[in-house]
Amino acid sequence: MFREFNVTLVCALVVVAGLISSPAFAQTPEEALAAIQSDAAKAASDFKGFSAARGENFFKTKHGNEWSCASCHTENPAAPGKHAKTGKVIQPFAPSANAERFTDPGKVAKWFKRNCNDVLDRVCTPQEKGDVLAYLLTVKK
Amino acid sequence: MSKYYKNFPRRLVSALLVMGATMSIAQAGDRVEKYSGENRGKPAQPSQVNAKFQQECSTCHIAYSPGLLPAASWRKVMSGLDKHFGSDASLTDQEDKEITAFLVNNASNRWNASTAPLRITETAWFKHKHDSHEIPQAIWKNPKVKSPANCAACHQQADRGDFSERNIKIPK
Repeated sequence: MFREFNVTLVCALVVVAGLISSPAFAQTPEEALAAIQSDAAKAASDFKGFSAARGENFFKTKHGNEWSCASCHTENPAAPGKHAKTGKVIQPFAPSANAERFTDPGKVAKWFKRNCNDVLDRVCTPQEKGDVLAYLLTVKK
Repeated sequence: MSKYYKNFPRRLVSALLVMGATMSIAQAGDRVEKYSGENRGKPAQPSQVNAKFQQECSTCHIAYSPGLLPAASWRKVMSGLDKHFGSDASLTDQEDKEITAFLVNNASNRWNASTAPLRITETAWFKHKHDSHEIPQAIWKNPKVKSPANCAACHQQADRGDFSERNIKIPK
């Protein structure tokens, strides 16, 4: 009885401590990358990892449409961007310059879907997403 | 002469009644006809602005006040978010439902026309208030204005739904 109580108490303390100490963000950008990597491995049996260089090239190139990623996020993802149509300021894209980036899985999914559709008229593959995030993680503030 | 004066009170009452009736008809006519029925609602946003609306609709542009368009327009806008003026602005089903309800519930209550334009700039009230007598063409060409959809270029409190004259500052 006493032992049971103790276990419950410890569990409760662990949960409370977890809630207090948990960071404001749901995930780190590195965890976001790991999640994409797991998708990439599932999508292609010959998956060989991500490449920041390929990601940079993808980011700065147009893919048949009017815009590239850099059209709004600029050639320097550590700098603030500007919406290509409305001119509204977009906070820096690189996690080094903007701690909020890639910390909310819902937002990551929402914006990859929207922006890949605008830039490529399709969803991005896990390989493409991972390459771009690998590139963004190399960008210094 | 005396006959006229004898009937004067009755005549006066009749005249006033006729005038009153004419005025009410004219006013009712105005209400129906103003901007051909394409009139915005109260421009100020409701005090309880929906947080999801504020967050999701102000990422790429200002969160346009729901009262600027009728409910039918907002339903159309929200059902085509995957192709939102040239961009994919799609939401999760839950977000879509919540924001649509907020927009529809706070849409223009003075819109009598059966029209439902997608663009605020296509409405009769907008065109009237921004016609060439009010706004010289050169102002639209200013890069700081960029587009008539860029309310905040001149309406400094547009993001709070305040379009009052005193908060207009046309950029040089």
